Amino acid sequence: MSRPWRTILVYAALVTIAVTTVIPLVWMVFTSLHPPMAQIPTMRTLFTPDGWHFENYHYVLTFGELPIARFALNSFIVTTGVVLFQLTLCSLAAFAFSRLNWRGRDTLFFVFLLTMMIPGQVLVVPLFTFVQKLGWLDTYWGLIVPYAYLSTAFGTFLLRQFFNSIPRSLDEAARLDGCSDWGIFWHVILPSSKPALATLAAFGFIWTWTDFYWAMLATSSTEMRTLEVGLSVFKDAYGGMRWPLQMTAAVIVLTPVLIVFLAMQRFFVRGMVLSGLKG
Amino acid sequence: MHQGDHNWRGYVFVAPATIYLGLFAFFPMLFAAWMALHRWHLLKENHEFIGLGNFLALAQDPFFRNAIANTLVYVAASVPLGVITSLAVALLVAQPLRGVGLFRTLFYIPAVASQVAISMVWIWILLPEVGLLNSALSWVGFDGSRNYLAEPGWAMAALVAMSLWIGLGPRMVIFLAGLQNIPEQLYEAAAIDGATGWQRFRHITLPMLAPTTLFVVVTTTIAAFQLFTPVYMMTRGGPRRTTDVVLYHIYREAWQKFEVGTASAMSYVLFAMILLVALVQFRIMRRSMQEGAAA
Repeated sequence: MSRPWRTILVYAALVTIAVTTVIPLVWMVFTSLHPPMAQIPTMRTLFTPDGWHFENYHYVLTFGELPIARFALNSFIVTTGVVLFQLTLCSLAAFAFSRLNWRGRDTLFFVFLLTMMIPGQVLVVPLFTFVQKLGWLDTYWGLIVPYAYLSTAFGTFLLRQFFNSIPRSLDEAARLDGCSDWGIFWHVILPSSKPALATLAAFGFIWTWTDFYWAMLATSSTEMRTLEVGLSVFKDAYGGMRWPLQMTAAVIVLTPVLIVFLAMQRFFVRGMVLSGLKG
Repeated sequence: MHQGDHNWRGYVFVAPATIYLGLFAFFPMLFAAWMALHRWHLLKENHEFIGLGNFLALAQDPFFRNAIANTLVYVAASVPLGVITSLAVALLVAQPLRGVGLFRTLFYIPAVASQVAISMVWIWILLPEVGLLNSALSWVGFDGSRNYLAEPGWAMAALVAMSLWIGLGPRMVIFLAGLQNIPEQLYEAAAIDGATGWQRFRHITLPMLAPTTLFVVVTTTIAAFQLFTPVYMMTRGGPRRTTDVVLYHIYREAWQKFEVGTASAMSYVLFAMILLVALVQFRIMRRSMQEGAAA
């Protein structure tokens, strides 16, 4: 096959796949602009609604029974909390695993990796009971603290891989200048690791923001729901009706994730490569 | 610092994460084992110790066995299809073409989108008459009235199709990284020897990609065993329990029947299955890698 034909075929395949990944988003956005009580749009009516109803967004955002703005605030608080918590724990541990010599280090690192094998689902029931005993159900604590259980080992592993790639001569130079271990961590390793920290933060953001299972179990009052859970409540409340409003809510939930993803996408790729291939 | 010097400050740095994992991973893990050995209802005070009673009851439970069978069907369909499609797409986007970066981004979007929102869109895609799939089918002259989510067999097929679409991006990126690690000289040498495109793929790309493939297969399998959100949103285990996968079954046992003892036992069965399958995959892949190296 001659080269131009081959290129055309490759592009045709790429465009076809891209259409399948993008169509749902397009449908979501256009459906959200249909009249709120309209029938579910067909392919014929999707792009020609009875007027463009941008007020759907105002309606959904200020809907009294399902306070989307409050859900968004909750999602934001929880996600920020998880990311900060995770960055702190993982960077400290990764420094100890990468830079310090201490008895039991390799054993403990193996134990860390073992936790990656535990499916989160085994932990959910006991975690729920534990969090209940702590009195954390339906609080931000209950949403934030247990979340990191999946990502602590992953994050430590990811950061350790990155720390290992930072030349040790930098540590030695800092040590000669009188830096303590903490000083090396704070002034040498962390500033050189911004891409890795950003990668971990990006993963933590997406995982936490889009998590459904734990957020659903750990909250019971409407005021504590996150966006993801709120959206499913919204769907159930309308039971397959008022698709334009359901899709408006879906677009509102999706937008922040997509923005973060587009802004941070090179970090996603880096994280995949770091965690997957040099392991 | 000399190799082997013991620096006690290591413990200080590692303590927060270790204590955290102890409290929120290992302790719940053991606690789940403890619960699995009891008749334990979430809302009752008394927990009767019944040893392996929960596990023995599960072995007899036709609904749990059905859930395991459904999960295995889902894993057996979605893992090979998912790995093959994402490898094919990775080969496409690995080519040095203009604008290929944009396609990589677009292909990744379903993976970062909220699964709740995505499930709502898939409900629409699969609706009879007005849904995307059915309108496309009737447009080209096929039957456009099938209600895929309400028919046994089709509902599971829909969940598999959805998993291919959601998992495409991350798997593709990992394959892509693996492809870029293959030394260019190997292909140049093969071209000099007159190898065809297929021969180069079969004898260079596939063997060199084996560690990457192992990683993708194992992570895809682990994720497939833990299917939940699409089932919860789209089928609720139906029609006629054909999409009642283990995790959804556990969810109902724990949070609708409040039988957390049984649910914990089920979780351990799921954990054991995942571990077993992952180990078998490691074994098979390692053997085939060694054979590949010897050949």
